[in-house]
Formats: sequence, structure tokens, C-alpha cells
Amino acid sequence: MAPTTNTLDRTNYLNATKGFMSWFWTIDHKRLGLMYLWSVITCFILGGFFAMKIRLSLMPGAVDFATQTAEQMNAYNNAFTVHGAVMIFLVIIPSIPAALGNFVVPMMLGAKDVAFPRLNRFSYHLWLIGALLFVATLIIGNLDTGWTFYPPYSTGHTDPSVITAVLAAFILGFSSIFTGLNFIVTIHKMRPPEMTWFKMPLFLWAIYATAVIQVLATPVIGISLLLILVEKTMQIGIFTPELGGDPVFFQHLFWFYSHPAVYIMVLPGMGIMSELFATFSRKPIFGYRSIAMSSIAIAIFSFIVWGHHMFISGQSQLMSVIFSALTFSVAVPSAIKVFNWISTMYKGSISFTTPMLYGMSIIWLFGIGGLTGLFLATLGTDIVFHDTYFIVAHFHYVMVGSALFGFIGGIHYWWPKMYGKVVDGPLAKLGCLLSFVGFNMTFLPQFVGGSKGMPRRYAAYGSEQGFDDWNYWSTMGAMVLCAGLFIALFALLRSFFVKGTLAPANPWGGVTLEWQSPSPPPEHNFEIAPPVVGDPYDMSLVEYVSEEEGFLPVNPRSDDPCVADVKPEEA
Amino acid sequence: MNMYTLLSMMFQHQKEDFFFPSQASENAATVDFIFYFIFYVSLFAFITIILATAIFAWRYRRSKVGMTPEDSPHHSTTIELVWSIVPSIFMVMMFWYGFEDYTERRTAPSDSYEIQAKASKWQWEFVYPNGATSYGFVDAGEYLGKGLVVPFGKNVRIRLESSDVLHSFSVPNFRVKMDVVPGRYTDVWFKAIKMGDFPIFCTEYCGTKHSRMLSTVHVVSEEDFAVWLKENQEDPNATPVDKGKRLFAAKCTACHAVDGSVKIGPALNGKYGTTENIVGGTVMIDDNYIRKSILNPKADIVVGFENVPMTSFAGQLSDDDISNITAYLKSLTE
Repeated sequence: MAPTTNTLDRTNYLNATKGFMSWFWTIDHKRLGLMYLWSVITCFILGGFFAMKIRLSLMPGAVDFATQTAEQMNAYNNAFTVHGAVMIFLVIIPSIPAALGNFVVPMMLGAKDVAFPRLNRFSYHLWLIGALLFVATLIIGNLDTGWTFYPPYSTGHTDPSVITAVLAAFILGFSSIFTGLNFIVTIHKMRPPEMTWFKMPLFLWAIYATAVIQVLATPVIGISLLLILVEKTMQIGIFTPELGGDPVFFQHLFWFYSHPAVYIMVLPGMGIMSELFATFSRKPIFGYRSIAMSSIAIAIFSFIVWGHHMFISGQSQLMSVIFSALTFSVAVPSAIKVFNWISTMYKGSISFTTPMLYGMSIIWLFGIGGLTGLFLATLGTDIVFHDTYFIVAHFHYVMVGSALFGFIGGIHYWWPKMYGKVVDGPLAKLGCLLSFVGFNMTFLPQFVGGSKGMPRRYAAYGSEQGFDDWNYWSTMGAMVLCAGLFIALFALLRSFFVKGTLAPANPWGGVTLEWQSPSPPPEHNFEIAPPVVGDPYDMSLVEYVSEEEGFLPVNPRSDDPCVADVKPEEA
Repeated sequence: MNMYTLLSMMFQHQKEDFFFPSQASENAATVDFIFYFIFYVSLFAFITIILATAIFAWRYRRSKVGMTPEDSPHHSTTIELVWSIVPSIFMVMMFWYGFEDYTERRTAPSDSYEIQAKASKWQWEFVYPNGATSYGFVDAGEYLGKGLVVPFGKNVRIRLESSDVLHSFSVPNFRVKMDVVPGRYTDVWFKAIKMGDFPIFCTEYCGTKHSRMLSTVHVVSEEDFAVWLKENQEDPNATPVDKGKRLFAAKCTACHAVDGSVKIGPALNGKYGTTENIVGGTVMIDDNYIRKSILNPKADIVVGFENVPMTSFAGQLSDDDISNITAYLKSLTE
């Protein structure tokens, strides 16, 4: 067995093997998780670059409405397409499930790995191929369809880069399906015997619900994108009226995936929220069952609300009315989760660590994102807001404000487990604060611009249209947000260069199983097997030990190496 | 904008509304009411959750309560039922208001005056019952064309059609919006209750100059409208060149200039009778080439414009129209 002293030279999954192939060809879920993590962060920086390009060219005065050339407009259209496509297909969809999920799910189950480690490696390699093809397309081609690929524009009116982009999205879809399948099987088959469904941490419930959506919805986008390909290359009429097709049909297929995909993005973030609020309130999560069940409810309802993207698309009025009513059904389980998180804080012992600050930011951000969704579920008001910046602001509050902040909060939360370093200093907190302020400054003005009628996907606005103030504040906010995110990244990267001992096994006081393994864990996750399974949120199972600067089990097992590090004589 | 004006605008719902442009159609007030109903309910909910978070965070901070919090319930069926059912009741109300308003606004009254709107990349063309036409788009920052002219106080139904890709017809002051879908007809209706000019936006991404697919609705009195209609009726004595000029302005000027400058496509003045380099050879610009370029534009593309394919006007322009446009282009060389 590896030496148990918690120092840098202890053997763990990071330093057990060395060399490029030991990472590239690994089947270790932790290494795959980290590779996803850094790939996603790289794509996030790329997508963020294009976001800044958009915001800077919309800064009043940056571009002259009267003299903007067709090339400049095309460059803008390309920028918003790249931003949307990269952020959705390469960043948010894989962010929590593939990166954090891969790292955390088997450890939360007390397992050595996911059910199909080789399939997991294949998922990553597929993702890499898809991502490279996608990024190459975006850089070489002039993709300007928006991430939605609506025909007939995408099939008959724009350049051929749509073909490779669609192919890349198709490959990425397979990666997503395989990851989802892997998690479903892992959660079903690899739970320790004592861990019944209702003793599972809520993050696992969220990942499970997400995986179900990934497996059931992603094939539909795959098929729809293939149909685009078939129509564009072989002129077979499916969506283009000139060839006998129907463009609204594509929208149905597209949103049948893309609405559930919103929950692929946000459900895992909600799962992280549940972990954060329980751990940092040192209290069992309030209403465990209703949070777990609301994840499943959201997964189910997410499949029957897609038509709310199409209230004015020309679909039948009866359908719009039905979809509006169904859409409200998703709002209820989402609201329940928020109320549960807040109630968890009641009479807790709340510590304002960096992950918890991200968690509390999400209450604000998801509050706005969720509540503004009510205006869009309501038929009358949706007509006014459809395809304006109100929508843009709304979905950024949900996808960035909730999913992405959840991702960043999760990175901070599990960073000690990943790299053995706790990142919780003033710099990390400043990153969170600036991101929060910058985010609100960017997107709150867009609600007002949008309600005044400012359409989205416009390369420029004339001053006489009266949107300049809102664009000004939005661009200013984007710069603050950008600075905040870079500070957060810098704080994380800096921890690599901090010398000294590694983080304790359980720095935050979590009771889920991953905290029973040293930080970073050994190659096979646990030095003791199987770990002790209790109630995932019974905080009395661990106590704070100041010489450890972390938490230890109240009743440690004699073979627990994490305890041995601190109290060798008692073990 | 300072805080005072911000706040005073926020609570002035009638005139210069903080959120909305002025109400220029009869139905606008209903939508705004629904908006403010949801807005205040949401605001209340938002303030409640934020206050609760802030108060709990402060009262139960670890530095005050220590590591081990006192016991509190982990679950309460009563509370959970209350916070599921109460919001649901409000949501049913929101749905119902929205539903009523939607059916109202999607169903044009039978006495509506009907105008056809034809959307194409990147302009609007409006055809009135007596054959009068007008168009609108933005070029070089200028709003060109007369745009849409509608009578004050009358129900107007706009029948929408697209000849190429998806577009969307939006007039924020009327609170109307509807996608324009190629291959089928859609419609919007409104009753203008305010005189003046209001912007029209295309709100479904349609390519390069999506942001210039703008125009204006002019709400004028019924008398002025009748006069305008008459003035814009096609002149029976117009020559083919006049007719061609009119058609060209409505259909072609979004992409083709006649002053030698390159827009999306090449300039067309002085081209008739000359020889042009096309992909895979050269061609003499004559009547047949013009006809072919209008009906099947992708066949012989002029070198340098391969990446901006033009849409076919087959079905939109009659043989007479094409002859008239040809006559006009010919006149630009003489």
C-alpha cells in the first residue's frame, strides 16, 4: 500500500504514472475528468473571446451604423454563431456532466471507476475529434447560421462550412450519449449495497436525470442535423419549401432536443447547489426527497415543453396554448429546489467559502433567470419578447448564471480532491465577486433593451433606435465579468505553485463518499474498501479537527489512512 | 441616466414606460398589464428569496453559531406543499391571462383591412388591395422606401409571406410579432390607436444584412391613407422603363446599386451590352442573361460574387415584370 502520509510524494492518481500516453490513453475516470475539464476551459476561453468580440462591436460608437460593410456584418454574424455554438456544444453541455461528473460520480459511489471505463475513454476521444473538427470549421469557414442551424438559411443560403459544423455536432452528440449511458449504468449497478436510491447524494440524482435526457434527446438532434446534411448535399427536400420541405418541421426536431438540453446544462448545476448548501450549512439538505424527485420531474417535463420556442413560428395556435400550459409545469420543480436550498440555510452553520459564495450567487442569478422565464412561458408576453435581447438575457441568466456559476463553484469545491490544493483565498473570492457584479451589469440592461424591442443577432444598431445606453452598460459589464473570470482562473492556476503539504481529505466537511479518500485520491480512489456509507447529509458523522485544518470522521475505521495522517497513535 | 430618472421612469407606466415603447395599438395595453402582473409577482418572489438568503446567511454565519448548529427539521410536508401550490396558483393566472390575450391577438377581426407583406433578403415589400405597393429597408444608414402605411383606428391584417428564408415581422409599439415562413402564409393584425411613425424590425436571423431589414409603419388618418393609396396606385400610362424602375427599387436595390458602387451584388448601371467574367467563362449581358440571372441566379455567377448567392425570383416576378426590369437596365446604358 502507498505511504499514507499526506505530503506531495504520496502516490496518487496524478503522479502514479507519467508521460503523454499515460494521460491520453488512460481509462481512469479522474484523469478523463481532468482532461475534459481543461478542454472545456480552453473552449470557454475561445467562446469568451468571441463574446468579447460581440460586446465590443456593439459598444455604441464602435461601429458606424451607416458605413458598416457587408464583410463587417458577416464577421459579426460569424462571431455570434461561433460564440453560441462553442459555448453550448463544447462548454456547457460537457462542463458539469463530463468534467466534474466523471471525476466525482464514481467517487461518490465509493467505486473504483465508471461502469465502462473504455467507453468513457472513447467518449472523450470522440469529443476531442468533434471539438477539433468544430473549432477548425469555425476558424476556417464562415459559419453564420447561429447555433440553431435553421433552414432554409442553413441549407440553401450560406457557405458549405455548415456541413462540417453539423458533422462535428453529430460526433459530439455521440460523445454525450455514451457519457450519459455510462453514468446511468454506473449509478444503477455500482452503488454500494448500503446506498439505496434515497441515500444517494443529490448530485448523483441530478447527474442521473441529466444522463437520461442525454440518452433520450441527443439522438434526435443527431438525426435532425443529418437531415440538414442530406438536404444540403443531396438536395433532398426535407426542410426547404422550394424542394417540398417545411422549415417549421426542423424547428420542432431541433427544440425537441435543444429544450431538454437546457436541463442537461442546468440540472447538474442544481446538483452541485444541493451539495454546496448542505456542506456549507453543516446541515442535512432540507426536503431531500422533493429535491431528488424534482430532478426527475424536470427531466420528464423537459421533453414536453419544446414548443414554447415556437409560439410565433407558425405552429398551430392550439399547440402554442398547450405548450404554454405545459411550460409552467417545469417552473414548479425548479422553484421547489430554490426554496429547499434556502431552507437548508435556516438554523445552519454557514461558512462563506468560495464555493458557497458561488452557490449563493446562483440563488440570485437563477432567481432572475427562472422568474423571467415566466414572461416567456406566458403567451401574450412571449410574443413581445421573442427574439429580442430579453430572451438573450434570460437564457444567459439560466445557462451562465446558474449552470456556469455552478460549474465554477463545483471546480472550487472539488479542487482539493482533484489537485490536493484548497483555493479559498481573497483572490478566489474577488474573482467570484467581480464575476457576479460583471454578469449582472452585462445582462440586466439587456432585459430592458429587449423589452423595448431590441432584436437579437443584429450586427449594429442605429443611435436613433435608442438602444445605446443598454448596449453601453452591457459592454462595460462584460469587461468586468471577463476580469472576474480571469482572476478566478488565475487563483486556481496559482495553487499549482504553492509548495507544502496537500489539502486534507475533507477540507469542507462533506459527508459524501469522495471525502473519505485522501486528496488527491490514489489511482483506485479509496485505500480502504468499501468506504463507510451513511446518510449523505448527516453532518454529525464528521467533526472539525484544527490540526488537520479539515474534517475527520467521528468514528473512524481503524484502517482509515486519512485519520492515520493526523492521529497515528490513536489509529 | 441617474437613479432618480431611472426610478421615476420605472413607476410611470402610462407614458414613457421604463420597459416598453409607447402603446400604439389597441392590444398593447393588455400585454403591458400582463407583463406588470407577472413583474410584480416575480419581484415579490425575488425579494423574498433574496432577503431570506441574506438574513439566514447573516444570522447563522459560522463565526456566530459555531460548528454544530442546533437541531432543526429536515423536511416539512406542510411547508413544501404550500410553496408548491401557492406559486402554482399564480402561474395558472399568468397562463390564463396570456392565453386570453394570445387568442385575441392571433385572430384578426373579420372586417380587417388586408395588406400583404412580402419579406425577402433583406427588405419588406407591402402590397395594398388596390395594387399600390411600397417597400422598406435600410441602406448606408438611410431608411429607404415608404415602408408600411396604415390607417388610424382601423383593424389591419398583414398577411406575411417570404420568398427565401425565415424572417419575422415585429413592431414593438404594436406589441406584435410573427415569423414569416417560406412556403406558407402567416399573419398579424392590429388596430393603430396612435398617429405617427413606428419602427418595423426583422426579428428572425436571415443572413448578412439582417440588421438592415428595417422599415417604418406610418399611421395616418383615414383620409390621408385614401389619398396615399390613390397616389401610389400604378400609373396606367407608365412606360416599361418607369415600371421597371419601380420594380427595381422594390426588389433589387437591397443588393444592387445603379451608381457603380458594389453592395451585396455588383452594380448594374452601364452593364447592359457589355461582356462580364463569370465563373467558368465570360458572358454577354443581354436580355437572356438578365432573365436567367433573375430566375436562376446561381447558374452564371459573376466572378467575385460566388459567396453571396442571390435568391431566385421565380414565381415573384412575372414575364412582364422581367421585361420591364430589362428595359430599365437597358435604359441605364443608353
